[in-house]
Amino acid sequence: MKGNEALAISAIRYGCDGYFGYPITPQSEVLETLEAEMPWETTGMVVLQAESELASINMVFGGAACGKAVFTSSSSPGLSLMQEGISYLAAAELPALVVNVMRGGPGLGTIHPSQSDYFQATKGGGHGDYHCIVLAPSSVQEMADFVWLGWDLAFKYRTPAMILSDGVIGQMMEKVVLPDQRPRRTEEEIRQQCPWALNGRKGLRKQNIVRSLELDSAKMELNNIRFQETYRTIEANEVRIEMIDTDDCDFLLVAFGSMARVCEKVKELATDDGYKVGLARPITLWPFPYEQIGAVAKHCKGIMVAELNAGQMIEDVRLAAKSTECPIVHYGRMGGIVPNPEEVYEALKAQIINK
Amino acid sequence: MEVNDIIKPENLVYHKPALLKDCTMHYCPGCSHSTVHKIVCEVIEEMGATEYAIGVAPVGCAVFAYNYIDVDMSEAAHGRAPAVATAIKRLQPDKLVFTYQGDGDLAAIGTCETIHAANRGENITIIFINNAIYGMTGGQMAPTTLLGQKTATTPYGRRVDLNGYPLAISNLLAQLDGTCFVTRQSVHSPAAVRKAKAAIRKAFENSMARKGTSVVEIIGTCNSGWKLSPVDANNWMEEHMFEKYPIGDLKNV
Repeated sequence: MKGNEALAISAIRYGCDGYFGYPITPQSEVLETLEAEMPWETTGMVVLQAESELASINMVFGGAACGKAVFTSSSSPGLSLMQEGISYLAAAELPALVVNVMRGGPGLGTIHPSQSDYFQATKGGGHGDYHCIVLAPSSVQEMADFVWLGWDLAFKYRTPAMILSDGVIGQMMEKVVLPDQRPRRTEEEIRQQCPWALNGRKGLRKQNIVRSLELDSAKMELNNIRFQETYRTIEANEVRIEMIDTDDCDFLLVAFGSMARVCEKVKELATDDGYKVGLARPITLWPFPYEQIGAVAKHCKGIMVAELNAGQMIEDVRLAAKSTECPIVHYGRMGGIVPNPEEVYEALKAQIINK
Repeated sequence: MEVNDIIKPENLVYHKPALLKDCTMHYCPGCSHSTVHKIVCEVIEEMGATEYAIGVAPVGCAVFAYNYIDVDMSEAAHGRAPAVATAIKRLQPDKLVFTYQGDGDLAAIGTCETIHAANRGENITIIFINNAIYGMTGGQMAPTTLLGQKTATTPYGRRVDLNGYPLAISNLLAQLDGTCFVTRQSVHSPAAVRKAKAAIRKAFENSMARKGTSVVEIIGTCNSGWKLSPVDANNWMEEHMFEKYPIGDLKNV
């Protein structure tokens, strides 16, 4: 099954209430799979092809305001259009899931895979001080799993979560174990879990308002302080990273998503040649695993950050290693090029191992 | 007869709707918004819809509609209220869902969402206040600003060669298969208020009967933006606005 298809099926089985999206390569299979599955006949899930990414993200805003589990998916240019809406979601403290199956940019760019939206995804993306929880799947299985994790975290912290995938993970086919179907929550369950949600003043309860505007600066600063407190809690509790043979490695590869898959092979090639190479694969890109990578930087001789971009995550790796003397280099390809492991291994040898 | 002898339920001929909150409105004296807010509250109350009504506020003067209309409400990004309302209604089909939007929100930045929500026949009501100006930002040209009308960004009057034509977007919406009821009303006289209220009632009933999208355009005044007294603004509206935007039903199926 393709990564995009696994993600769509997993969403239905989570008990998703609604999907709103607009076609764009390389993620159109999400909408196509959902339409073909016709979940409105089985679970009652709403699937709607919107007129634009702007409409999609604002439909997600409307659904999230009702306490519903809703999501949208797109690829890089579409995500740029959605940034305003994501900022509004963060400001209104609404849980929602946004999927970016990245392609190469800037501009219309290419339909081929890229990781060049790392900054946009992890540093906010839209206007204002906010973060999304960003999950980076590196397999079809994780495309399915992170849908559930993403929503669970989004509802736990009342903040938008993003799955930052790429054209490789979205399009490639792998075996996947899908979760069992879970029922959608009833209105009564939503009223209990999300007492802030818009579902009418049943029993003449107090009016609920979903808003982000606050013209009183003193109150607006308090709102911002509350958001920042949530982000600090997320940073303390939700960092996720896969560390492979990093305890006593001499050299460290850091990569996420599809580049982590390439780097698994690079690590094998290096191990065959007798080098002790570890691989750190951040799963949450925000919050970033600074501590875990910093700890390895203290004892290893060099770090290579491999990405499908001009060097974005490397800035966070440098921050992670800032108290060490460990040399850090970047290997990057752009424009939709995915390197083969041999090329990356040659660069690792030339820039780190044999330096 | 003392005053207290008169204050009896059977003598009550008019009252403020309970859904209209007891607070000072931020609207300028003479503005049409307050009257429309009141009749929206009255209709929700008379329909017994307080427990299932959900509104979507625009960006513009009416962004604070939720401070006055005491039902569940959401803000929306500028122009996106029909998209927000689409999801609310699709995910909760048993609710009464309406947007409340101004001319800049609905007919400029939100034209795309407005047309597509209406064309899909979303079972929502769009209440559209057309006062031919951007009130909140200080009186700039709106898509509905009349030719020759002076605003902060058309200080010598709107010119076709510079600014294009005023957009009668309700006429356009009436052409779409997804709309069931498109009407243009005003609230400048007691008779007009009663007609506008009846139109909103009909629109809300259509939404609950899932007949498609209903649009109630209300030609309003912005006496601050127009730089006229409230009375003069009403007169100016009758003399100029009604010619370009005639009052009456554009579609009723």
